[in-house]
Amino acid sequence: MSTTKLDGAQALIQTLNELGVEYIFGYSGGAALPIFDALETVSGNIKFVLTRHEQGACHMADGYARATGKPAVVLVTSGPGAGNTITGIMTAQMDSVPMIIITGQQVTWMLGKDAFQEADIFGITMPVVKHNFLVRETNSLPRIAKEAYHIATTGRPGPVLIDVPKDISQSDFTGDLDPDLDLPGYNPESAFDIDPHSISRAAEIISNSKKPVILAGHGIMISRADEELMELATTLNCPVTSTLLGKGVFPETHELSLGMLGMHGTAYANKAMVECDLIINVGSRFDDRIIGQPEKFGAGAKIIHVDIDPSEMNKMIHPDVEIIGDAKTALKALNKEIAPLETASWLATLDGYKNKFPLAYRKQGGLRMQQVLDELYQLTEGKAIVTTDVGQHQMWAAQFYKTDASYNWLSSGGAGTMGFGFPAAIGAQLARPDDIVVAVVGDGGYQMTLCELATAAINKLPVKILVLNNHYLGMVRQWQQMFFDNRESGVNLEGNPDFVKLAEAYGIKGYNIKRPADVGKVLQKALDYNDGPCVINAECIKTENVFPMIPAGAALEDMLVAPPKHKMAKPTGST
Amino acid sequence: MSRDIVTSDSSLAPSPDIIGGHTLSMFVNNKPGVLMRICQVFARRAYNLDSVVVSRGRDPQFSRLTLGISGDPAGLEQIIKQCNKLIDVIHCFEHDENESVTRELALVKILIDPGDRAEVLQIIEHFGAKTVDLGANSIIAMIYGNSDKVDAAVHLLSKFDIVETVRTGKVVMARGEAAT
Ligand SMILES: Cc1ncc(C[n+]2csc(CCOP(=O)(O)OP(=O)(O)O)c2C)c(N)n1
Ligand SMILES: [Mg+2]
Repeated sequence: MSTTKLDGAQALIQTLNELGVEYIFGYSGGAALPIFDALETVSGNIKFVLTRHEQGACHMADGYARATGKPAVVLVTSGPGAGNTITGIMTAQMDSVPMIIITGQQVTWMLGKDAFQEADIFGITMPVVKHNFLVRETNSLPRIAKEAYHIATTGRPGPVLIDVPKDISQSDFTGDLDPDLDLPGYNPESAFDIDPHSISRAAEIISNSKKPVILAGHGIMISRADEELMELATTLNCPVTSTLLGKGVFPETHELSLGMLGMHGTAYANKAMVECDLIINVGSRFDDRIIGQPEKFGAGAKIIHVDIDPSEMNKMIHPDVEIIGDAKTALKALNKEIAPLETASWLATLDGYKNKFPLAYRKQGGLRMQQVLDELYQLTEGKAIVTTDVGQHQMWAAQFYKTDASYNWLSSGGAGTMGFGFPAAIGAQLARPDDIVVAVVGDGGYQMTLCELATAAINKLPVKILVLNNHYLGMVRQWQQMFFDNRESGVNLEGNPDFVKLAEAYGIKGYNIKRPADVGKVLQKALDYNDGPCVINAECIKTENVFPMIPAGAALEDMLVAPPKHKMAKPTGST
Repeated sequence: MSRDIVTSDSSLAPSPDIIGGHTLSMFVNNKPGVLMRICQVFARRAYNLDSVVVSRGRDPQFSRLTLGISGDPAGLEQIIKQCNKLIDVIHCFEHDENESVTRELALVKILIDPGDRAEVLQIIEHFGAKTVDLGANSIIAMIYGNSDKVDAAVHLLSKFDIVETVRTGKVVMARGEAAT
């Protein structure tokens, strides 16, 4: 323990240093002054990145974590600063991303009195965090920081917020800098202790299957079970489909891969789900965007569900076998009890669907987002880290940018947060400076967080910002066209700024793509440019729609592989 | 063939007859905000908390919570897991009446005509209840026991002029040697 006198803020930063935190993303303000000062006075390896908005700080920390599996810290002030983090925190919570958010707070004796910039961020964030703390004792800061890190990174990961009143951070610290954790209600270790009966029952069901499918989710990435998944799939000769967040846990270029399933998944993945006799779900929570209509999902199949979170069992779907625990541990055990299956005719059926319903697009009649993404995939040989925003471009990116490795596909799934893609790319690029990072964004979502152009420029990050510009909130327009008689309401983005000029105002290189023939040439220039960020504005067809599509709440068998000829009923599901 | 659907109809206004008499017992950290976290789990799924009893544990670091709840029974298992998932919850169980003792206490204030007094006192005595306040025109009865008994007593007394009833809510304890 150091002999110099520390205040609470210094003890906090020192603890974060010792925990191995590499980046703090944040925005300053009065109530966080002591903590910002400690960034200057405590030596260590932490790098601070000043963002231009607190939401951006959260998405950067999120992108950093999704690209590495390690958490970053967000540091903001009280009241409005803390309030601006909510969407970012919720985005991380919905997708089980580890994050530590430290908010400054009014002094303790002013809490509950509507003092300047006091907001009950402890109460406000409760529903969108894995856990949160309001610190009431200076000496507890190291313990709480360690607990926050532990909670954020173990079990099912998630964001943890620490609210630190200013008097607490600036008082003298007289406690223990290396205290024990005190979390009697939290036992993530139990996830490694899996009921062997559940494994044998799963193996038994598997041995009787002729038409199995593995549904691979984000849990596999979190538990780093990619190899075990590969062994399971190749031993069984079993096709694998992944969720949006599971992209990369199984190489999408592998012959057993069916790509992504769900609302805008591949036709063959969704058909496989309908026709299979067994679904082996590893680390996915049966989200409503992949099951469609719960009563009909997996109706003719046995279901095995592996999840670290017991509360996911029976939440959406009743499985035949529940395997509760860590995915890697579970798959290791399961792989010992399985033998190859006779799946040749099943795989032949699915190959038939792959040939009959390939992902395809037209190259005539204007520039399509699909083409831009397809060429991006070819030019980067599928090796880039791709972050996306939310909308049509996101779904096409998921379809056309095949992902072969974990931690290379970063997309807001559960929350579907517009504004995520670009700041997440900044976090990913900082985490992995030698990788190509491409932010695939729509013209709508990009404008929600483009103030971070300053952050990217100042830090000279060679992020490629690919704006797929249809001058529309395209995904919403698609729903209005399909389900609301094409009555456009609140979706027209005519009057968008000139994104190239806007980039130039920040000292950032800009490129335009206007014709299908120019795509490869311009993308290559942008990929070769490494003196900082660059923006590629691709002017795309305005009214293209994403298919396949399963309308929200409809069964997987009701998937539309092409635009419907008849008028569609309004979907029963939400979005 | 179709799979059982996991329902959780949040549009249902919770009414006590959806499920009656479910009692959850929780052992939780004794910290500010813990009750709020638990209430959020129930509120988000449209469960009504009929009664909440919190008391400090023998070790003051913990508290004991007994919740009487009503709401969609299909979601109950999930909601218990959801509570167990909270970092501040050490454990959460549903208690089965046969393996546990459940009690509650009610205070009932009744306005009485002098002519009715004898009958009221007789009811109170029959239920093993106590008269804890006796005025010229009013009486406060303290009824305790299991909830059915309290319900029955309150029901019989309701033919008189009840001014108010205050109930503690259920407290539950496991039978035998095991801790609740
Ligand atoms: C913060 C936020 N607000 C609103 C929405 C609803 N929403 C989903 S997709 C979408 C349109 C996105 O438009 P754009 O970014 O241009 O992408 P496109 O669909 O055109 O590719 C909207 C408004 C959302 N997901 N997030
Ligand atoms: Mg758009």
